[in-house]
Amino acid sequence: MTAMPDQDVEMGRAPAPMPNKIRTQHVSVYYGDKCAIKDVSLDIESNRVTAFIGPSGCGKSTFLRCINRMNDTIDICRVDGSIVLDGTDIYDSKIDVVQLRARVGMVFQKPNPFPKSIYDNVAYGPRIHGLVSGRGETDDVVEASLNRAGLWDEVKDRLQDPGTSLSGGQQQRLCIARAIAVQPEVILMDEPCSALDPIATARIEELIDELRANYTIIIVTHSMQQAARVSQRTAFFHLGDLIEFGDTEQVFTNPIEQKTQDYITGRFG
Amino acid sequence: MTDLLAGRALTDAAARRQLNRRHRAERRFKYYGLAAIFAALGVLAVLLVTIVGAGYSAFQQTHIQLDIELREDLIDPDGTRKEADIRQANYAVLVRDALIKIFPDASGRRDRRALARLVSSGADIQLLNMVLADATLIGSTQTIWFKASADFDSLSKGQIPRDVPEDARKVSDKQIAWFDHLAALGLVEKKFNTGFFTTADSREPEQAGILGAVVGSLLTLIVTLVLSFPIGVMAAVYLEEFAPKNRLTDFIEININNLAAVPSIVFGLLGLAVFLNFFGLPRSAPLVGGMVLALMTLPTIIIASRAALRAVPPSIREAALGMGASPVQTVTHHVLPLAMPGILTGTIIGMAQALGETAPLLMIGMVAFIVDVPGSFTDAATVLPVQVFLWADAPERGFVERTSAAIMVLLAFLIVMNILAVVLRRRFERRW
Repeated sequence: MTAMPDQDVEMGRAPAPMPNKIRTQHVSVYYGDKCAIKDVSLDIESNRVTAFIGPSGCGKSTFLRCINRMNDTIDICRVDGSIVLDGTDIYDSKIDVVQLRARVGMVFQKPNPFPKSIYDNVAYGPRIHGLVSGRGETDDVVEASLNRAGLWDEVKDRLQDPGTSLSGGQQQRLCIARAIAVQPEVILMDEPCSALDPIATARIEELIDELRANYTIIIVTHSMQQAARVSQRTAFFHLGDLIEFGDTEQVFTNPIEQKTQDYITGRFG
Repeated sequence: MTDLLAGRALTDAAARRQLNRRHRAERRFKYYGLAAIFAALGVLAVLLVTIVGAGYSAFQQTHIQLDIELREDLIDPDGTRKEADIRQANYAVLVRDALIKIFPDASGRRDRRALARLVSSGADIQLLNMVLADATLIGSTQTIWFKASADFDSLSKGQIPRDVPEDARKVSDKQIAWFDHLAALGLVEKKFNTGFFTTADSREPEQAGILGAVVGSLLTLIVTLVLSFPIGVMAAVYLEEFAPKNRLTDFIEININNLAAVPSIVFGLLGLAVFLNFFGLPRSAPLVGGMVLALMTLPTIIIASRAALRAVPPSIREAALGMGASPVQTVTHHVLPLAMPGILTGTIIGMAQALGETAPLLMIGMVAFIVDVPGSFTDAATVLPVQVFLWADAPERGFVERTSAAIMVLLAFLIVMNILAVVLRRRFERRW
């Protein structure tokens, strides 16, 4: 096969290796007795976009949610192995989950702005973490975050409108602005474009590419084209196993594993 | 298609019959629904018409005008103008004298007493209070409207038939003649019954009012709200947001649901055994009534609050937790405000239930006859539904209309609470 999933896809440029931001080693995740992730070890490079792809139910979202310990909220979920962020194990008992989540922000599949004003949505994180004091500082952070999320020009005259009054794509960019307002180091995105139309999707993808300069981004996506467009590194999951992990260009043009080849050519999944 | 259906088509007679049957069934279903609604509205209308029809006359009270000579030799023979002396005077004599002046023919002791019965037995208190307020009135002659006694109030409202034999009614022919004479002189008038809203219970229907029960109900509900709202909401928040799902929490949940179905009189027995007999709290007090009703209201509030919390989309919780909000911040900043309309609705439904509750309060002695408006949470008091119960039980004709009037006041309270619920819900409602 000509391992090109789509002729229009602009391939991620062959990247120079960057220092590792996150190291995961022998991570297994269980929901009760069911094993959702089996012994996954992979390293996430700093200032790169890493894509997790794979068929539905393969555990890629579960694995993503381990990185900021969102799985803690599920009673029956258990995580084995180690995930190290900048040299500290995030599952160490001394780690404060609240601080971890400020460092590792998250954007969800369905845009979920708080039912508050646009301004309060963005200001919420900095406020609860004590990163701003006074109206002036908050204003600056809100403007800077919305600017970085490419939303400022569209909402600057209606900051007091409810965040839920925006369109789907704008809401998702608002959620990104909200996530970056606390200056995280890593941003996790769980299928951020699955509820959006193609134009809004293109806008978010551009944004992800711009954000790469300042943040380490991990994105879960169902769309192989999207993974190919925005990411530099790609991990392919299948039934809880990490099948293949490498540079995006290599994974899409010259996969090592047969399963990866089958999946990206659309033979299953 | 035709092969599959053995040559049948949607245009066949059988298919059409089936379609018609379906249409008829749907029309019939609609009519059932309409019939149910009209039946409910009809019953409600009958209820309201009965209550208002029986009770509206209680808002009017027959008054009799008399010229009272406030004789100094009877009120304050020593001229001291001291309160103690003024209080000791016999004002009933002044009222009787004023009546005798109009009807000089009433000479015998028995006649005079029968004559005095035209005016409410509370007339002397009314005079006393007047003189206490303004001592300069002593010695003058005042034109004063007195309440007619309950029997003559009923007579003037047409509730006592005049055509039954004299010994079968509470007022004699002679008294009727006197009353009619007063009416002919223009000395009888029906006025708005302000006393009904400003006094507490009394043995005399014309002096009995609803204020004591209204204040008692308010005090009781305040205690109920202060106890059950915070406890109920905290319990619901903990069970819904923080508690692990295990056998213990399942057991607690089952018990809360069971508690909601416990007959209210059982809570009254518990209040009697625990609050009165064990802790020795005062009998008949709004404090204890409120505590008992709080126990009864708690399950309602917990169940409604849990439902409201569950209705908050999980995505909001994820968003807050993903931002690094702690679980408590997630609940207090986002989940609880969003659930508040539902919680308030449930609370007000619970409070409305508590407002209408009689049985548990009987057990803790709130059924006592109390003539004072309660001034604190530990004073003896009664509440609106118990007042309705007491008056419905009273033999005097005048309490019949007052029973219905008290029900109207109770219904007015409920309507106000429900409007409050709607207003609060609108205010707090947020869309996402």
